[in-house]
Amino acid sequence: MKPVPLASLAVHFALLSLVAIGGANAVVPDMQRIAVVQEGWMSDHEFADFFALANAAPGPNVLIVSLIGYKIAGIGGALVATIAMCGPSSLLCFTVSGVWDRFQAAGWREQIQRALAPITIGLLGATGYLLSIAADDTAPRIAITIATCVAVLSTRINPLWLFGVAAILGLGGI
Amino acid sequence: MPWARLMIVEERGWLDEAAFVNLVSLSQLLPGPNIVNLSVMLGRRFAGISGALAALGGLMIAPLTIVLCLGALYQRFGQLPQLNHMFGNVAAAAAGLILATAVKMARPQINRPLSVLIAGVTFAGAAVLRLPVLVIVLAMAPISILLHTRWSK
Repeated sequence: MKPVPLASLAVHFALLSLVAIGGANAVVPDMQRIAVVQEGWMSDHEFADFFALANAAPGPNVLIVSLIGYKIAGIGGALVATIAMCGPSSLLCFTVSGVWDRFQAAGWREQIQRALAPITIGLLGATGYLLSIAADDTAPRIAITIATCVAVLSTRINPLWLFGVAAILGLGGI
Repeated sequence: MPWARLMIVEERGWLDEAAFVNLVSLSQLLPGPNIVNLSVMLGRRFAGISGALAALGGLMIAPLTIVLCLGALYQRFGQLPQLNHMFGNVAAAAAGLILATAVKMARPQINRPLSVLIAGVTFAGAAVLRLPVLVIVLAMAPISILLHTRWSK
């Protein structure tokens, strides 16, 4: 692979790392825009599949960046993308948490948390919306999205079971 | 996050419930993957830099290996109709899970008009206008903090 995609991967994900307030899922719309629209690395459908893989597999869902990196530049791409996505934010987190522990009683902390929470929720809702638009290309899939959403909201079932049922339905040709 | 809580609070007893909630709040407040931030902070408290690196490595290495194997499988066999159906269906389920998580997180905020407004504008910016998250966060965070500070006075 040419070095250009690797550098491009590193820059894109290092920037996303530092704006991913609320977690990796908050920047999934951004990843989609970069990978599908801007760079043309993959199709919308492929991106939705990667997201599903990263969420269904055990471990942090930030691993979607590893899949994107792997798709573009193999194992090296996966490592570059993962380190770029986790490195800058981890360094910042390491530093800030040291300071944070010293100023534990400050009142502004609660205010800021309360102000940022709705932004996080809005971004997460948008992520779910954009992914359902990309994934729900047939009536059964719309049904799967709705059923999963309702089941997670109204029961304490482990979502992995729902993913398993969806996967088996798929292997059965639905 | 539910699995991390189970391990940290219930199985190992590293943190009590309140301390865990504080750690999660901070990990969500800071940019970056939440669970990665959480492991960095927890590792740092136990053993400084080496603790943070150990926690990060422990968190990432096995799942990274598994997800790359799945990714390789997908690249080789993803075009097969059955697997294509399977991945497509799991993608649909994952979208449902994210929507449900957003609803769950929104529930405690629903009686705060200001929070609902901020969440709604943010959603519209990302889902309808498809603005980059950086733009949304840089615009909305100061506005939201300002409004929330005024509101609570």
